[in-house]
Amino acid sequence: MAYDYEKFIRPGKLPHIWCPGCGHGIVMKGLIRAIDACGLKKENTAIVSGIGCASRLPGYMDCCTLHTAHGRAAAFATGVKMSRPEMDVILVGGDGDGTAIGGNHFIHACRRNINMTYIILNNKIYGMTGGQFSPATPTGDKASTTPYGNPDPAFDIAKLAIGAGATFVARGTAFHANQIDKLIAEAIQHKGFSVVEILDDCPTTYGRRNKFKSVIEMMNHLKDIAVPVKAAEKMSPEQLKGKVLTGVLYKEDKPEYCEQYAKVIERAQAAK
Amino acid sequence: MEKKLPTIEIIEKYCKGCHICVEFCPTKVLEMKGFVVSVKNLEACIKCMQCELRCPDFAIKVTP
Repeated sequence: MAYDYEKFIRPGKLPHIWCPGCGHGIVMKGLIRAIDACGLKKENTAIVSGIGCASRLPGYMDCCTLHTAHGRAAAFATGVKMSRPEMDVILVGGDGDGTAIGGNHFIHACRRNINMTYIILNNKIYGMTGGQFSPATPTGDKASTTPYGNPDPAFDIAKLAIGAGATFVARGTAFHANQIDKLIAEAIQHKGFSVVEILDDCPTTYGRRNKFKSVIEMMNHLKDIAVPVKAAEKMSPEQLKGKVLTGVLYKEDKPEYCEQYAKVIERAQAAK
Repeated sequence: MEKKLPTIEIIEKYCKGCHICVEFCPTKVLEMKGFVVSVKNLEACIKCMQCELRCPDFAIKVTP
């Protein structure tokens, strides 16, 4: 039998609103397969998002979902996880939602190492609001607010997460569809704050301004720039110019926040 | 023995005609028919499932 995605999708919600060729649907499929593979229960899984194209994703998922204020997914999700530590909390958001408006919440969620999974769908632009440049737009690229090229350097979201203290950081692309579910599953199983950055395509607001003739060209671009971590070890810095590493980039074990907080409660109650 | 052919179900209501499945099918099984995708050459299908995996719109279901 073909894989039944619809068991995790709210009835009557498809077709989704994303543009033709938008990779968000591919990531959503990966997320569904990962949730299924990890054996998470619908009633025990919370999917939290902020505002944006990527943040529409929880609306289609037949789990406990929360669509919150712009950039505040991490703050709301921390609340969910602290009050119900037994729940599996997954955050979904875009690059602008996660690293610009919600940048502060993002780095502090990383620092706390609270047991959640943050999936950042990086399409390098604010798609929903008309293609303004985001912190992930590469230098020189065009957006509706930078018609002569973006002067700002872009964030490397994976490095930002590692620097802020996330204990599991991975990167995939929408082209490498069969890798997405494996990365997300590993992130869900990791105890601590996990970040999975998925490089995505936005043909409507990013592609057409930046000389990509079609969705296929954007997908091929993702294919060309992605280098698996293991392959990159054998490559010279010149060969790696303009490439991005994919796979599990960082992993370590550190005390988890909910457990540490439970100990604080224990100590405080013992001191009475 | 005759080769068992897979079933490729296309949900036309969901397809937005992005061409991803058509382009990345290694054996060119699919084609565009107007705005939606259709099966052109089912016999060439090698059941790699790449069309199903990469369809962003949940419009293709392959039963191997």
